[in-house]
Amino acid sequence: MLVVTAIAVVRIRSLFAVAMFSGIFSLLSALLFVAMDAVDVAFTEAAVGAGISTVLVLTTLALTTRHEKPSKRSPVIPLFVVFVTGATLIYGTMDMPNFGSADAPAQTHVSPEYLERSVHEIGVPNVVTAILASYRGYDTLGETAVVFTAGIGVLLLIGGLRRRREDEEAEESRDS
Amino acid sequence: MRHHLILRVVTKMLVGTIILFAFYVQFHGDFSPGGGFQAGVIMAVAFIIYGVVFGLDEVQQVFPAWIVHKLLALGVLIYAGTGFVSLFLGYSFLDYGAFTPAHPVHGQHYGILAVELGVGVTVTGVMVAVYYAFAGRTPQLSDEEW
Repeated sequence: MLVVTAIAVVRIRSLFAVAMFSGIFSLLSALLFVAMDAVDVAFTEAAVGAGISTVLVLTTLALTTRHEKPSKRSPVIPLFVVFVTGATLIYGTMDMPNFGSADAPAQTHVSPEYLERSVHEIGVPNVVTAILASYRGYDTLGETAVVFTAGIGVLLLIGGLRRRREDEEAEESRDS
Repeated sequence: MRHHLILRVVTKMLVGTIILFAFYVQFHGDFSPGGGFQAGVIMAVAFIIYGVVFGLDEVQQVFPAWIVHKLLALGVLIYAGTGFVSLFLGYSFLDYGAFTPAHPVHGQHYGILAVELGVGVTVTGVMVAVYYAFAGRTPQLSDEEW
């Protein structure tokens, strides 16, 4: 289903339908994450991928056109790059341990330690939150700073800040 | 979207529920899936859906742009401030045991709540600010070109 949706996103020319299909794509990958018991990731994917980004793409559509321009360039080189990358990735998965295998590196390195220690060190039932906010607090601080920087960047590029100044001037003139 | 009666009524009913759910995800993140990032996004969605249905001016009366821009920085300040509080209490940066020295595990709870709140505030601010920035631009195409 993921593959079918991805092909639909590439083939359809109506950008409105493409936005909807990318939302569906995100929702399907969220379901995949749920199937792998990664509920926190699935939650984020559903909220950000299927929710916010679809809305943002739709508001962007309101600023541009609704239909994609047909590309004039030959698709041979992009197809070649896609197939080589895909083949490399599939070749890489050959060495991966089986799904749910007990001696996979993910189960043997730090995660059993976190699972054992977090209950009495942090006392928080959700281990993901314990790792995210406590053991890896610096990283999350960095992530928050990244989100903040991204927001500032968008405001500077699109000019949300300039409009705010005008709004404030309008409010001041209204107040006085 | 003045003429979409069903959309407007359903949105009015949903916005409150969405905000409530965002707070649940925010403050229940220790016990169930979720946390600041997800809660911030859900909170922002409540304002964005209101803006999509009722128009940008309506939502900016509820949640003015200058408050959103302050929230961007406030979240990072809450997060980093939590770190500095623990630093000044004589513990290392972001060591939440500092808040209740007698019972470090409780301190972890408070610390996680505080930093998740910071994350949530920043994410809400960024998402709503990005939406305002996009939706606030005047469409460059006239209606006939649609």
